[in-house]
Amino acid sequence: MSPRDLLRPYAAAFVSRFLQMLQYRTAALAGFATQCWWGGIKVMVFAAFYGGSAIAGAASSMSLAQAISYTWLAQGLLVLLPWLGDPEVAQAVRTGAVAYDRLRPVDAYALWFARSAGWIAARLLPRMALMAAFAAVVLPLAGLGEWAWQPPANAVAGVAFLLSVVLALLLSTAMVMLLNVAATAALNERGISAVATPVVIVFSGNLLPLALLPDAWQAALLVQPLAGLFDIPARLYFGQLSGWHALRGLGLQCFWIVALVAFGRLAMGRTMRSLQVQGG
Amino acid sequence: MGSLPLFFRLMAASISGQARYPASALLLTVGQFLGTGIEVIAVWALFHRFGEVQGWAIGEVALFYGLVNCMFAIADALGRGFDVLGTEFLRTGTFDRLLLRPRPLALQLMGNDVRVSRLGRLLQGVIVLVFATVQAGIAWTPGAVALALFALAGGVALFLGILVLQGTLSFWTVESLEIANVLTYGGVQAAQYPLALYAQWFRRVLTFIVPLACVAYYPALAILGKPDPLGAPGWVGMVSPLAGFVFLAAAFGAWRIGLRRYASTGS
Repeated sequence: MSPRDLLRPYAAAFVSRFLQMLQYRTAALAGFATQCWWGGIKVMVFAAFYGGSAIAGAASSMSLAQAISYTWLAQGLLVLLPWLGDPEVAQAVRTGAVAYDRLRPVDAYALWFARSAGWIAARLLPRMALMAAFAAVVLPLAGLGEWAWQPPANAVAGVAFLLSVVLALLLSTAMVMLLNVAATAALNERGISAVATPVVIVFSGNLLPLALLPDAWQAALLVQPLAGLFDIPARLYFGQLSGWHALRGLGLQCFWIVALVAFGRLAMGRTMRSLQVQGG
Repeated sequence: MGSLPLFFRLMAASISGQARYPASALLLTVGQFLGTGIEVIAVWALFHRFGEVQGWAIGEVALFYGLVNCMFAIADALGRGFDVLGTEFLRTGTFDRLLLRPRPLALQLMGNDVRVSRLGRLLQGVIVLVFATVQAGIAWTPGAVALALFALAGGVALFLGILVLQGTLSFWTVESLEIANVLTYGGVQAAQYPLALYAQWFRRVLTFIVPLACVAYYPALAILGKPDPLGAPGWVGMVSPLAGFVFLAAAFGAWRIGLRRYASTGS
């Protein structure tokens, strides 16, 4: 078989899930409105903290404009956060439909990976587009220019950012796959995600830009895998990581993708051997 | 059975149901505690880096934060029924069963699912209040305690009102929309910082449309004995929590309009 034939089932799984998720437009719009409000409050709080302190520039490696752009960027990339396993996988496990996936002559890990990636991408792209329209176009037009989402530092930074977002999508999928496997093993992933969610929010940079967390933590914050979801793409966007540092950032993302995929395959293999299909 | 005993009976049934799965209830409570606790990290990290914000110290801001989280925890535990009205009652047709019972609808919905896990947020709010007391040296005189309880009651009423409005909306949409989170979780987020930080139009929204400032900001100023940087007189905090009850009454008004146009989905 040619490589194209080999990849076809996974590409089909990705595309069909992508198109399926695009159907949920009302939910996406409601979620978008919530994110705009959220981002707006954060921006006002940042403005207050930065405005009140004369030493703002010295106290932080991040300017107010960057903190604001970071906030909108994080709101747009929100669905990259691995809160939950893919609900379709969880449902397949509960109903026993997982047995069909086991029978298909394809790699089960890769098939689920492609599906979950489609699930995440379909929620990511419209939200990014809407968020950019709101924060980069509507806000300046409404006279709130200082709250707007600024363009990237330069063209190279923009390209590096896009590349990094693609890697972040793969990284996020690798993490969702771990949750999928956990859901398969435990038949219920809610307990796991209740404990994992706060960790993800803090260490991805969604709560606060990692640069605003205490300086003593910075070295550790930057190498942990969750930084690859937001913080590395954002640092590339602002040109804080450039040249060799940019390559190191992208390399770190790749390293975590490979490590988590390897771990996920191993865990999935073990789980599948002991899986008892729920009858139906 | 009178309305109030009925409500307590429903509440007890709901709680004992959750007690059947103690590990799950505990895990969800811990999850709530951690999940709401992360906002504390954000507040703490910002103060750690910037020292203060427009003359407010971390202890003072913690008072707003703790009060608002206690209010929302209680309202959220009581008002789950309105929150899930669309998905769990309207779409399934279970709502018709509630309508047939000769008991107040609101009580049935409120007692339907009293979430034990909300204790996690409540506990976190209380811990932050203790921190605020120590840090800002708040003197809990009988007057201050009474004012805090009044504000708490007003805040619970306000958040319940938001949940009732969310339920009302689902008479039209037949689903529970995430958009209401703008006012519930988003309201918590907005009200846990001093109102004075925000832009003027946003302050007006929080005072006159969704009166979160009336139940949190003004009473907290009175408890702290701090003059309002925006110039509101000191007595405002003593009466402003009433706005929460007015909001709840208005929400029930909208609820009755929605109920009148309710037609069963028939499933």
